[in-house]
Amino acid sequence: MFIQRENVLSNVSLTYGAIFLGLCLIAHICIRMTLPHADPYIFPLVALLASFGIVMVYRIDSTLARQQAQWFVLGLILFVLTIIFARDYRKLERYRYIIVAISLVLLVLPRVPGLGAQVNGAYLEIKVPGGLSFQPTEFSKIGLVIFLASYLRDTRQVMVLGARRVLGVTLPPLKHFGPVLVIWGLAMVALVLLSDIGSSLMFYGALLSMLYVATGRLSFVVIGLAAFALGTWFLGTHIPHVHARFEDWQHPFDPKLYNSALGTYQLANGLFAQAAGGFFGQGFGQAIITIPGTHSYLIPEAQTDMIYAVITNELGLFGAVAVLMAYLLFVFRGFKAATLSRDSFSTLLATGLSAVFALQVFVIVGGVTRVIPLTGVTLPFISYGGASIVANFVLVALLLLVSDRARRPGGR
Amino acid sequence: MNAQITRLFGVIVVLFALLIVWTTRWTVLDATALNNNPLNSRTLIAELKIKRGRILAANGEVLAKSVRKSGGEWGRAYPQGSLYAQTVGYWTGENGNAAGLEVSANKYLSVIQGGLNSVFGPLGGNQQVGDDVYTTLDPKAQQVARQELAGRAGSVVALDPRTGAVLAMYSNPTYNPNHPNAPCSNACQLTRATQGLYPPGSTFKIVTTTAAINTGKYNPNSIINGNSPLTVSGVPLENDLNQSFGPITFTKALTYSVNTVFAQVAQNVGRKTMTTYMKRFGFYSKPPIDLPSNELTASRPFDPNGKAYPPGSPNEDIGRIGFGQGGLLATPLQMAMVAAAVANGGTLMKPYLTDKVVNLEGQTVTTVQPTVYSHVMTQTTASEITQMMRDVVDEGTGTPAQLGNDIPFAGKTGTASIGPAGADETVPWFIGFAPANDPKVAVAVNIEKTVGGYGGQVAAPIAKDVVQTLLDEGK
Repeated sequence: MFIQRENVLSNVSLTYGAIFLGLCLIAHICIRMTLPHADPYIFPLVALLASFGIVMVYRIDSTLARQQAQWFVLGLILFVLTIIFARDYRKLERYRYIIVAISLVLLVLPRVPGLGAQVNGAYLEIKVPGGLSFQPTEFSKIGLVIFLASYLRDTRQVMVLGARRVLGVTLPPLKHFGPVLVIWGLAMVALVLLSDIGSSLMFYGALLSMLYVATGRLSFVVIGLAAFALGTWFLGTHIPHVHARFEDWQHPFDPKLYNSALGTYQLANGLFAQAAGGFFGQGFGQAIITIPGTHSYLIPEAQTDMIYAVITNELGLFGAVAVLMAYLLFVFRGFKAATLSRDSFSTLLATGLSAVFALQVFVIVGGVTRVIPLTGVTLPFISYGGASIVANFVLVALLLLVSDRARRPGGR
Repeated sequence: MNAQITRLFGVIVVLFALLIVWTTRWTVLDATALNNNPLNSRTLIAELKIKRGRILAANGEVLAKSVRKSGGEWGRAYPQGSLYAQTVGYWTGENGNAAGLEVSANKYLSVIQGGLNSVFGPLGGNQQVGDDVYTTLDPKAQQVARQELAGRAGSVVALDPRTGAVLAMYSNPTYNPNHPNAPCSNACQLTRATQGLYPPGSTFKIVTTTAAINTGKYNPNSIINGNSPLTVSGVPLENDLNQSFGPITFTKALTYSVNTVFAQVAQNVGRKTMTTYMKRFGFYSKPPIDLPSNELTASRPFDPNGKAYPPGSPNEDIGRIGFGQGGLLATPLQMAMVAAAVANGGTLMKPYLTDKVVNLEGQTVTTVQPTVYSHVMTQTTASEITQMMRDVVDEGTGTPAQLGNDIPFAGKTGTASIGPAGADETVPWFIGFAPANDPKVAVAVNIEKTVGGYGGQVAAPIAKDVVQTLLDEGK
């Protein structure tokens, strides 16, 4: 028995993980000192996911892992800065219109000619000088949640009190519901402009979650979902590239679609990779990502969109469920912070951030496992992607701030 | 708002449950279907990383082994070259580009470790190694078979009639499995022993004789008219050289291979009974040997346009089928099975090439147990036919097969006519087994095409040497 070279490398990737686990330990101690009342589970869960993520990315491509490591450190710095400068996060409310404006600009930025880049038919990235690409939508999601939390805090009472029943359906007053409609419209526009079903589902789902929590009216959610479904159906049948995504989703093993450009090659091979994983996987570092002897990918976008398929291939159903449970636990602690909060803005902010995070996981994992059409959002903290890591660290910082305030004895 | 948050979390839990259900679907429930999906190249690529086990002869001689290629992958090498191409086959790692035992014994050769072992195994540096497959083949007999065929197109198949183990299986032309994609002529990659179809000629008379005696319609001493010509299915039939034998015993008719007798016998026994016995011997089915299904062909009668007759078809010329013509085509392995069934007291064993599977630690993982294919005839019938076949070699058409040292050889010659009328093209055959009083080797030999060659002159000497070699080897 001898140790193969590849296995030496995978041991190095474990070392990578250990170093970052150490960094996270330091960050954790800092949090315990600056935010002593914050939820003690949130950061360790994030650290676990992020360290696991960097090991996975290293295992796929060591160059990307080095970049990811830099983003990771930058994310930690931004995390600390957020905690210091947004310590009273409720001041963010003052800037809500600026925040939402920036968010919307970021959302459509990838469509600006010369700046955006089309990846797999979707417009989600912008090119940054230096050959890097950046997904600005990751930041938009935080901005939109802050705006909605603030907006709904102001209007939730009137929305409920001013609601009228029309034909047995409770409708919110148009005046206050307007901005919500605007966001629905934006989600639809994003769907068309960015041609990304997943992102719009994520944004819109977060909106409905917050609307429901703010008003307690299920009818609003039902109307909202119906509107979204109607819009998606219309666009899915009238916009060719959205339609193509639906077709790919329905028929991943159709040889014609499989062999066509932007077809089902990626999705089908992701499913094959998962099937090969079985209960316990093929073992760490064993996933076949490129076709041997060539540079063509057997799993395209393994380090971003398809990373869940790689995890399932190597660690099996067992490992995949463990990862999902870590996410679910994180979301649970986020909602816990929301319930403990003593003001509506904090509650809605924590709810929104947790919901958008959970939906992001659902959208990408659901895409890879063919629950919904496959779209190009990242698996938070695990996928390769600078914006994703940095933005999600900011998201966690905000959650911890809310949590710290909520659990502080005596309030105020 | 807290009640709403709880409900919202409930929805999120449902969504995550969906993800788990779907992941389970792909990893467990639908995994087999996905792994076998024709679009899936993953299994094949994974196999490139496995050091496939070796394929060995019965005496441990290496017939196929893995050699390291660049990039941590493994390729195959065949030290014996073309000698075992039709049995061991070849393996290239490309989809559909493999043959022989490399395909049919793949599950042993490329054992993919699974389960908990796979989680911890790779970090510990284990490499994946398949098991070794020992075949039943005897290298000496293989060499003698090749030597005796002397470049002529044809096949030699030798079985152990007691178990069904294939002792030798060699055909010409052959190919070099180290370069399986090299161009070659005369269908060199056709596994002639198991998929080459030839009229069996008079060797088939053993099947007719079995049907006649086992049903009680005839016995070895039955007197039958051996005159020539005889009208069969409206067309006159002549014996070789139009020789008339007068009334002769069934034994004599077999010894001198009298066609007119066997045409009458087959017609008397009838289409239905003949078909039943043919099926018992293995006709109408692909040979039950452990080679890939696409390398096997069923032996059966065909109409003049080359279309297979349904079993017992009223259109077939049962009289001429009775002596191995009339559109009847058989593989050399099928005819070896006919000899083996008589040799083993009427019980036909399933032929097999894979003897045992041995893992890296030298432990035998699987041993192939001989299995019965069918009970063709009673032991009494078998010993009566054995005696008749001994006469063939002792004093009849098969004398060139006689073994030295008083070892009795039971056999039957065949000289099937092929090609256009008057061209005198033949397929010489010999099938038989020895020692006749304690059979250890059954054999079938044919030569694809000669001009005017007789089975006794051309095929019998080959059979003799192969059988002699195997008996000397202590089989």
